[in-house]
Amino acid sequence: MNGPELYGYIFGIPITETIVNTWITMAIAFVVCFLFTRNLKKHPGKLQVIGEMIINAIDNLVAGNMGKDKMFFAPYILSLMMFLVFANTCGMYDLRAPTADISFPLTLALITFVLIEVFTWKGRGPKGYFKEYIEPFPFMFPINIIEKLSRPVSMTFRIFGNLLGGVIIMILSYEGLTGLMGLALFIPIPLHFYLDLFVGCIQAFIFTTLTMVFIARGMDVE
Amino acid sequence: MDGLSIIKAASAIGAGLAMIGGIGPGLGQGYAAGKASEAVGRQPEAQGDIIKTMLIGQAVGETCGIYSLIVALILIFANPFI
Repeated sequence: MNGPELYGYIFGIPITETIVNTWITMAIAFVVCFLFTRNLKKHPGKLQVIGEMIINAIDNLVAGNMGKDKMFFAPYILSLMMFLVFANTCGMYDLRAPTADISFPLTLALITFVLIEVFTWKGRGPKGYFKEYIEPFPFMFPINIIEKLSRPVSMTFRIFGNLLGGVIIMILSYEGLTGLMGLALFIPIPLHFYLDLFVGCIQAFIFTTLTMVFIARGMDVE
Repeated sequence: MDGLSIIKAASAIGAGLAMIGGIGPGLGQGYAAGKASEAVGRQPEAQGDIIKTMLIGQAVGETCGIYSLIVALILIFANPFI
């Protein structure tokens, strides 16, 4: 059991397995988007119908979780969810999932953290923003600070722990199976379906939903 | 027996003890799933919403179990005491 492999250095920046797999994920996401939006017509073909269904589902999700007035978040939410789904299911095509390295989910969680703070400031104004820190009582100030700072940490560790646990279980099962060759064909397949597909998609969904809920809760003035 | 092997053994035991924290999310998620089954039995037409809410609640409640997993992994693979 090792961490992500280190391939080498480019201008002093370490190039790890995570970075390479992230670029592969980005390439796959780009190709999928390109295929879905290549020739849009008035009378949609098969791919366009599927694409419109995905867009509609995301629009409904954003409208339901954030409200109709924040529909401009829908493109960001769709990109985030698509990126996470492709990154989390990397194990299906025998790549180490980039989300099993702490730097990847930490980056996304920090983006979410900055978005929450910026849009709380925008939605409530400076006065409302600082009022949030001393609610419901002024002596709750340290607890509110800890709550704010623990959000990106818990979001990071949730996705990182789930995916890393999956990666470790897959490695252990493959290593343990070398002893019993007859069963090696049947045991990893359900594990792949559960640990890569199911957990990966659920975690991507959870991350985007939490992002939406936190941003919307910051923007709405009660 | 030298100091290093004592540290290694204690770390392994500590990693095992840390994973006792997995009991909490297990109980909580099972309880949430049971309540969701009750809700679906009472209102089968709201199944989609119930499952969505249940999954989000379970994933948020899972966090403390994930923390114990992280502690166990750090003790095994990135031990700060060695």
